[in-house]
Amino acid sequence: MAKPVESDSQISKTRGSSLRGYLRVIGAIVWKDIAAELRNRQMISAMLVFALLVVLIFNFAFELDIGTRETVTSGVLWVTFAFAGTLGLNRSMAMEKDRDCQDGLLLAPIDRSALYFGKVIGNLLFMLIVEAIILPLYSVLYNVNLFLPGLALVIVLGSWGYVAVGTLLATMAVQTRMRDVLLPILLFPVVLPVLIPALKASNAFLQAFEVGDIMPWINILIVYDLIFTAIAFLVFEYVVEE
Amino acid sequence: MEPMPKQLKILNWLTIALVAVGLYLTIWYAPREAIMGDVQRVFYFHVSAGWAGALAFLVAALSGALFLIRRERRWDRVAMASVEIGVVFTFINIVSGSIWARPIWNTWWTWDPRLVTATIMELVYLAYFMLRQGVDDPDRRARFAAVYSILGFLSVPLTFLSIRFFRSIHPVFFGAGDALSAGMEGPRMWVVFIFSLLTFSFIYGTFLWHRLRLQELSERLEILKMKLLSHES
Repeated sequence: MAKPVESDSQISKTRGSSLRGYLRVIGAIVWKDIAAELRNRQMISAMLVFALLVVLIFNFAFELDIGTRETVTSGVLWVTFAFAGTLGLNRSMAMEKDRDCQDGLLLAPIDRSALYFGKVIGNLLFMLIVEAIILPLYSVLYNVNLFLPGLALVIVLGSWGYVAVGTLLATMAVQTRMRDVLLPILLFPVVLPVLIPALKASNAFLQAFEVGDIMPWINILIVYDLIFTAIAFLVFEYVVEE
Repeated sequence: MEPMPKQLKILNWLTIALVAVGLYLTIWYAPREAIMGDVQRVFYFHVSAGWAGALAFLVAALSGALFLIRRERRWDRVAMASVEIGVVFTFINIVSGSIWARPIWNTWWTWDPRLVTATIMELVYLAYFMLRQGVDDPDRRARFAAVYSILGFLSVPLTFLSIRFFRSIHPVFFGAGDALSAGMEGPRMWVVFIFSLLTFSFIYGTFLWHRLRLQELSERLEILKMKLLSHES
């Protein structure tokens, strides 16, 4: 439920092609999402509860005893984030589709790519908030220390790549007949190149590997993030066109 | 019904001849591999099917890009036809690899990078069809499909690179070391291999043409049906 974002005077200010105007537009879209979320808190609470349930199911599936925890924690975390992420992405884009908010955004005299980056930043923010809550909970529940700066970096990078592709595909998925089921099917096979290095790097940090062994994964992750962001940036306008 | 174009008829017969010769070469002409035995003959069709599948997906991604630039419906038709054929060839690639792996690796399946990548590629393009089915508006369907085929085609090699960090037991064909070479020795094997690559490329081309023709005919049929219905009412 997007509120009317800008008054006329604001639009005329942002119309300029300058970088500042562009950033303002992105900021306005991000702020719109935050404001909507602050009013009903639907998305974050849904993602959070869902993520917790996934963690619990894993507990029974894997019998997460001390020996297993060491090796499967990164897998459990990333599967949880990926599943909860699709929930959030779907909701975030369905929100634009309901009551034609997206048409309103498209009518605004702004660059389409600003719309994309605005949604990506908003989605990334929500995903990071959920992750920031899940990590300490997981730490407490399973007595694993997850407060590692390296792990935090990997999670930010992995979530970025995930959301960069996810926002693009969610925009398509909500415009189809099968809107709720289609997103994970479209997203998971394509986003694997981001998930694999993220998984490997998280695992390496949790098992305290040498930095020299971890860096290649981090580098791959950064490169893939950039590639996916660039592709999505280039094709996004074809996805929202009416 | 519109008769089949002459060039297509020639292409049909040429492809059939190539397949016949290809079978002969693979089964009788190619020498028996010293270590692996006759099962190595699967290799010729296995690699060729993989090649044809990759070619088909490349054509689909390029046609998708062309559609987004030019907005001509025929590019969407080419992309869809190509993906359909690519899915079949990739399936052949995976199954024939499995048949080879059973005696050589002593298992039908293993989580090797290439096997995983081929499977993910297949899944990407199955998702492509689900996406197409979910959109009614033809223009939007074509745009979404084009975007997804480009994204999928770029994502697959990246997946391969990221899994390749693990060790692989799959024979490396290009730039092979001794231990993992595909057992390609002697000019006869090379002749058969190159020939079957050529054959599969021709099969792909022939299928593509037929599939496009089928698509055009069914669209015309649709229009005729509409006309007939409007006359009746």
